[in-house]
Amino acid sequence: MLEIKNLHVKLEDEDKQILKGVDLTVPAGEVHAIMGPNGSGKSTLSYVLSGRDGYEVTEGEATLNGEALLEMEPEERASAGLFLAFQYPVEIPGVGNMTFLRTAVNAQRKSRGEEELSAADFLKLIREKARTLKIDAEMLKRPVNVGFSGGEKKRNEILQMAMLEPRMCILDETDSGLDVDAMRLVAEGVNALRSPDRAFLVITHYQRLLDHIKPDVVHIMADGRIVRSGGPELALEVEENGYGDLLAEVG
Amino acid sequence: MTEQIGEAIEVREGVDRETVETVQNMGSYKYGWETDIEMEYAPKGVNEDIVRLISEKNEEPEWMTEWRLQAFRRWQTMTEPKWAMLHYPEIDYQEQYYYARPKSMQVKPKSLDEVDPKLLATYEKLGIPLKEQMILAGIDGAEGAPAEGRKVAVDAVFDSVSVGTTFKDELAKAGVIFCSISEAIREHPELVKKYLGSVVPQTDNFYATLNSAVFSDGSFVYVPPGVRCPMELSTYFRINAENTGQFERTLIIADKGSYVSYLEGCTAPKRDVAQLHAAVVEIVILEDAEVKYSTVQNWFPGDEEGRGGIYNFVTKRADCREARAKVMWTQVETGSAITWKYPSCILRGDESQGEFYSIAIANNHQQADTGTKMIHLGKNTRSRIVSKGISAGQAQNTYRGLVSMHPRAKNSRNYTQCDSLLIGDKCGAHTVPYIEVKNTSSRVEHEATTSKVDDDQLFYCRSRGMDEEEAVALVVNGFCREVLQALPMEFAMEAQALVAISLEGSVG
Repeated sequence: MLEIKNLHVKLEDEDKQILKGVDLTVPAGEVHAIMGPNGSGKSTLSYVLSGRDGYEVTEGEATLNGEALLEMEPEERASAGLFLAFQYPVEIPGVGNMTFLRTAVNAQRKSRGEEELSAADFLKLIREKARTLKIDAEMLKRPVNVGFSGGEKKRNEILQMAMLEPRMCILDETDSGLDVDAMRLVAEGVNALRSPDRAFLVITHYQRLLDHIKPDVVHIMADGRIVRSGGPELALEVEENGYGDLLAEVG
Repeated sequence: MTEQIGEAIEVREGVDRETVETVQNMGSYKYGWETDIEMEYAPKGVNEDIVRLISEKNEEPEWMTEWRLQAFRRWQTMTEPKWAMLHYPEIDYQEQYYYARPKSMQVKPKSLDEVDPKLLATYEKLGIPLKEQMILAGIDGAEGAPAEGRKVAVDAVFDSVSVGTTFKDELAKAGVIFCSISEAIREHPELVKKYLGSVVPQTDNFYATLNSAVFSDGSFVYVPPGVRCPMELSTYFRINAENTGQFERTLIIADKGSYVSYLEGCTAPKRDVAQLHAAVVEIVILEDAEVKYSTVQNWFPGDEEGRGGIYNFVTKRADCREARAKVMWTQVETGSAITWKYPSCILRGDESQGEFYSIAIANNHQQADTGTKMIHLGKNTRSRIVSKGISAGQAQNTYRGLVSMHPRAKNSRNYTQCDSLLIGDKCGAHTVPYIEVKNTSSRVEHEATTSKVDDDQLFYCRSRGMDEEEAVALVVNGFCREVLQALPMEFAMEAQALVAISLEGSVG
């Protein structure tokens, strides 16, 4: 599914190298977690994969199902099946949540040469998804993320994910700022989307999200590199001892 | 007669849907083509003979000719206003035509089926978009529209003449007079004499005075006391002929306790040379009456280098003449190379109300200087201004508004919200509010913001699959939402699509 080879990235307007050779493979059907201390490059990785401005790839490559990801525009990556659940979802005043989603769904369908969803089919679909994610119908009518609580914003991201049905989902610290109940709802949403032809990359600081979303593989990132990979037990180790010992080990 | 019109409109329905779909596919300016039709011109330039000729062509009575001549003499003593934030080469008023009509219109058609099919085809192709929304209205029960959809009567003006008015008979049954102004001058002189020039006097300003002298046609509406006009009325203006100015005149009178909603649309072919449009709209609103006036202005804006386009110098004013009269202006200004336009409200009657909702989009080299005047004369009068200006490319967009509270206008209120949005770093947005308060019990509020289309918002939309232009259109539509919502449903969809089209090429 997602393959990243020797990825080096620096900030565009600063001479600061952030990723220093990331190697990562996430096969279809698997959930991988990336953990690591602040400033290790986790969020940068998610932004570079989704095509945000401001970063320069100096070396390496990333492919999604064999397609060269880094050469595509952000919207092409989305249509190719990549989805990023933002750590800080943006507010768009005046644009109804439903209008936003319908525009997004149809834009993707159009670019894949599929027929656009009719208003009726769209409504049916979004109501069904909102019900599963326990999202209030009122939230669908409100402007995108405007006045949403932290939990609502994150659930809204998961709703978008459910509607767009991406093949590769990246969650960027989706757990930050969530209380236990909100986190459980978000995790349930993710778990409901798990399937053999979909992969997840969950970026997180803490073990607690991984209590709800059981990862197949856990990677530890530090100073722009993946320094260790292992099973779910690696996350528990971090929880217990912090990053200190781990990082000291790899030098 | 009614049946035949019904048919004509059915034909339009099909065409309209196509047009709207095309519009939604977001091409560039869609209305830039020209109808190849034999035209009859008055000699170039303007002088007393031309004024008399126009009057004669319209078969006007003596008093009207005199009225025009009086205006023309006045105009010769006037100079062009220069206070607006607009830059354009000097206009040579003797270098253009003041009258042009299709030859086929020499004999006045008695019904729509006598009208040159080429002309009708023009309007079909333009997709006077109103009928399309009829269908939508029928489907969408939310608005409480009747199953067969809402009817919209149209008066279509082509260059200097009105080519036809639909649903006239049906309106007549309700007592509503809806016809071209040339017909009104002939058929309803008492109304025209009483109200013409009573809101925008001949002496008002350079362009209005010129219009008073040379206006060739336009629309006339009279809604009798207590009548709620049974359908939306609309005028569709089309400039087709080359090097011709269009000077139309609209006069709307809403008698006591009546209601009417009026829509106006306008387009013109693409040409390298700029063309002049100087219109006057006068609205008289009597006790307890209400008028809604909506414009979707889509004149050719000029090309990317700023060549050609319409110079739009328009005077629009409503006079809430008696108690509790109410007017609401809604405008979506996307076309024109130059826009000089301030649809205004005189709140003369006690407790009268004026509202102004505006979206002005300027892209490439367009310049817009637009806003409103709220003149509070009566007690307990209310006004509300919501202006959304969007600038892209190298365009300049100015909001200019006057809120004036006169000494007698006790306990009156105004609220102004004026927001500007910039796309790119070569365009400009300016806000010039004038506030005069001459009594102590009135309240005036002005809020203004200027912001840029946010890169994070665009990236968020793009990461969900929208391309950059779609993303800009979505964000801008959100920015304009309050005003778009004020538009009648018939126009809202077209306006939304227009917002997207007008901003094409503004990013990346």
